Amino acid sequence: MWRALAALPHKMTLPRQRTARLGTVFTAVLASAVLLAACVSQPSIAHDDFGPEASYAWVNRLTWGANPASVAAATRLGRSSWLAQQLHPTNTTLPTAVQAQIDAMRISTVPTPVLLRELAASNQAANALTDDTAKQAARQAYQRDLNELARQAQARALLRAVYSPAQLQEQMSWFWLNHFSVFQGKRDIRALVADYEEQAIRPHALGRFRDLLGAVVRHPAMLRYLDNDQNAVGKINENYARELMELHTLGVDGGYQQADVQTLARVLTGLGVRVQEDDAKIRPALQARYVHTGLFEFNPARHDATPKTLLGEPLRAQGLAEVDEALDRLARHPSTARFIARKLATFFVSDEPPPALVDRVAQAFLRTDGDIAKTLKVLVDSPEFSASLAPANNGFKDPMHYMVSGMRLAYGERPLENTAPVLGWIRRLGQPRFGHVAPDGYPLVASAWNGSGQLATRFEIARVIGTTDRGLFGAAPPAPPILSGPWFNQYLAPRLSPATRDALAQAKTAQEWNTFLLSSPEFMAR
Amino acid sequence: MKRRDLLAALAATPLLTLGGRLYAAPQAGAKLLVVFLRGAYDATNLLVPVGSNFYYESRPNLAIARPGEGPASALALNADWGLHPALARSMLPLYQAGQLAFVPFAGTDDLSRSHFETQDSVELGQALDTHRDYQSGFLNRLVNVLSGPQAARPVAFTEQVPLSLRGTAQVPNIAFNTLGKGGLDARQSKVIAAMYKQTALGRQVEEGFAVKGDAQRAAAEALDAASGRAISTKGFALEARRIALLMKDRFDVGFVDIGGWDTHVGQGAASGYLADRFTELGDGLAGFGEEMGDAWPRTVVVVISEFGRTFRENGNRGTDHGHGTVYWVLGGAIQGGRILGEQQKLDASTLFQNRDYPVLNEYRHVFAGLFSQMYGLSARQLDQVFAGVVSSKLGII
Repeated sequence: MWRALAALPHKMTLPRQRTARLGTVFTAVLASAVLLAACVSQPSIAHDDFGPEASYAWVNRLTWGANPASVAAATRLGRSSWLAQQLHPTNTTLPTAVQAQIDAMRISTVPTPVLLRELAASNQAANALTDDTAKQAARQAYQRDLNELARQAQARALLRAVYSPAQLQEQMSWFWLNHFSVFQGKRDIRALVADYEEQAIRPHALGRFRDLLGAVVRHPAMLRYLDNDQNAVGKINENYARELMELHTLGVDGGYQQADVQTLARVLTGLGVRVQEDDAKIRPALQARYVHTGLFEFNPARHDATPKTLLGEPLRAQGLAEVDEALDRLARHPSTARFIARKLATFFVSDEPPPALVDRVAQAFLRTDGDIAKTLKVLVDSPEFSASLAPANNGFKDPMHYMVSGMRLAYGERPLENTAPVLGWIRRLGQPRFGHVAPDGYPLVASAWNGSGQLATRFEIARVIGTTDRGLFGAAPPAPPILSGPWFNQYLAPRLSPATRDALAQAKTAQEWNTFLLSSPEFMAR
Repeated sequence: MKRRDLLAALAATPLLTLGGRLYAAPQAGAKLLVVFLRGAYDATNLLVPVGSNFYYESRPNLAIARPGEGPASALALNADWGLHPALARSMLPLYQAGQLAFVPFAGTDDLSRSHFETQDSVELGQALDTHRDYQSGFLNRLVNVLSGPQAARPVAFTEQVPLSLRGTAQVPNIAFNTLGKGGLDARQSKVIAAMYKQTALGRQVEEGFAVKGDAQRAAAEALDAASGRAISTKGFALEARRIALLMKDRFDVGFVDIGGWDTHVGQGAASGYLADRFTELGDGLAGFGEEMGDAWPRTVVVVISEFGRTFRENGNRGTDHGHGTVYWVLGGAIQGGRILGEQQKLDASTLFQNRDYPVLNEYRHVFAGLFSQMYGLSARQLDQVFAGVVSSKLGII
């Protein structure tokens, strides 16, 4: 019954006395929340529907932050359907104005190999200049181009995080990007990060781990970042091989030896980046094994073709197929299952996840051959996950999560016109996308993010979000968001401590009230 | 005796005679500031090897003239070394007063010549051939081993807590360039702090507001002082005074970084881009010392960079990524006025890979030597900061 009601125009069912209290800005959103709030109290709810408390907690954990629209959607669908939709998203449509911003980006209009060739040409031209001033200017222009491409990749990811209905996919894209971390400051990686996220990470974020791993291994961003484009027979560079086992698959105590690192480095010889459009010239005898797709190149002339034993077993395939055989072995290794399971449980449940939960998730990972969505289903269906949703057991948001959840709560229905301030705040909070220099990714635990400087900066940002920064919305900034009201009363208020309620009661303006809410311990909680 | 042995022996002598006296009992209230020049500054034009003909052959456009060859010439330090003339006003007097020393041929074993990788290496302070913990920087580990009267309050004057200060000790950070933007008033701060009082984050929130308030006051005070005395009111020259005002009373181990040193093109010589950066840096460091006042004799400032630059100039009147660099050590009570550590003659045959300064004074050994003197660390404590490292007896203090 309530489903049918939900489809009715809002004004038909809104209680009059409640609309009178609403500001004009958020009327539509809040109205639908009010409507749904009224509906969930109906007795005819399907058995797996959320109560208000549960829907908020679930949505807040599995999205980039609960807001009226996302909680309404979850409440409308019920737990199972909503979860299925998040795990297997079909609707990824962004608001038109947001999609238009992304469509206009150079990273959306120019294929990455073409971008790279243009950049290489302009870099060469800059270096060929003989006049110092002209050369300096040309080099700066080249750097500006690179910076702009990375900025676009960050902006696109931010817009999706704030506005995409496929929230879990966006969270998992971030998770895997952090797992397979690259640093944009190295060489020309700034020109590659957009494609890395779009082609290697995001399509597989809820897919198969083995596909994800394979896509990463073939991507120029990773090959450059961990120096594998310089790894060749006779000139071994172990950097990528080591991190591939230590950070991407088995984990540091995953049971591999230095000899395995050396072997994997030899397996990876010949995997590199070729910016030129034409193929490399190699001996006819080797040509059959040569691969050049986009910027990825497997060059058999640089590959060590001698027999190899990895993790105690010989590798049987040759050339690029040998790489895949090695990746199969690593992806299916029980150590990898444990390592990934623990990381997922840390991200979604607790800084110190219960070992029994990690075991179950690892088993699911092994059983499903690394199906990420199915593994996540086991994780979120666990009693440990449910228990972690209680306010007292919540984790602490990292900077990206804090920033995006604040934006979603305050501006989830209003397309951001300028992402630069938000990207700047994320940088100030120390977690810019593609900005972690080391290959281990940003830490997932609270202690990395709850220092005094971090907190003080968050409070300042809370104020800027709560009062509406002119810079976010171009020439005509909207009225500040009204975060208080029925939605808050129903979903957020029950989670607040007396101290936080007391603080909110001291607010003198709506903006200040917003600032206090966004600064509260409860809003820092994930 | 080989030249480098001789120099090393000379460098060590004052330690035996003087070092023990001055710092026999490491002082409580010691202050340490690490200044990281990010981008690899051209150390060869800072501490000019005026005794090397090869230097003048290698840098036809960039070399700083030998002392006494006009106003743009190097400032004589000893027979081998001169100082960039941009530092005549700020640093030369400190050197002459024995409050400034240089450690050439300093650096890491990291050969990546990558800015970010080598900066990481330095800040982590961990051996390259071990499994490195990226959440543990050497300054954080230092703070962790200091206790009792030497307990040190750390701070980073950066937008984010840098790798060197990351770890188990909580470290506040202050970024002067974003200070005051989006600020909350005192009442709002109080209301927010009250929300956290009963939570595990109560102390951090209080500290965050307190540090911010102090930083704002220091920022204003330094600006007032600077404009009253015709001191530069911008860039590092101002920032360093603000840092001093905070470190004097509130903090004991500080870190600040300065970018803009990656001079591949048109870096200039006695004047020009790099000279201007040296002026700003020198003015800042001198101002820092001045502002520290009576804490200056308890203070040590170390200026470092990830690596040096190529000994020879490149085709663009600049220099490229090199290896060994020069560290600066300043302080009111150091044994300065000297060039410290292992040294060697500079010609084509002694360059590392025929292009760079070699590293003869590995940075962890240098810092270990400094820390053991400043804080009287035991071997066990030192091992917690730099595992497996034996401290260099450079006799800095």
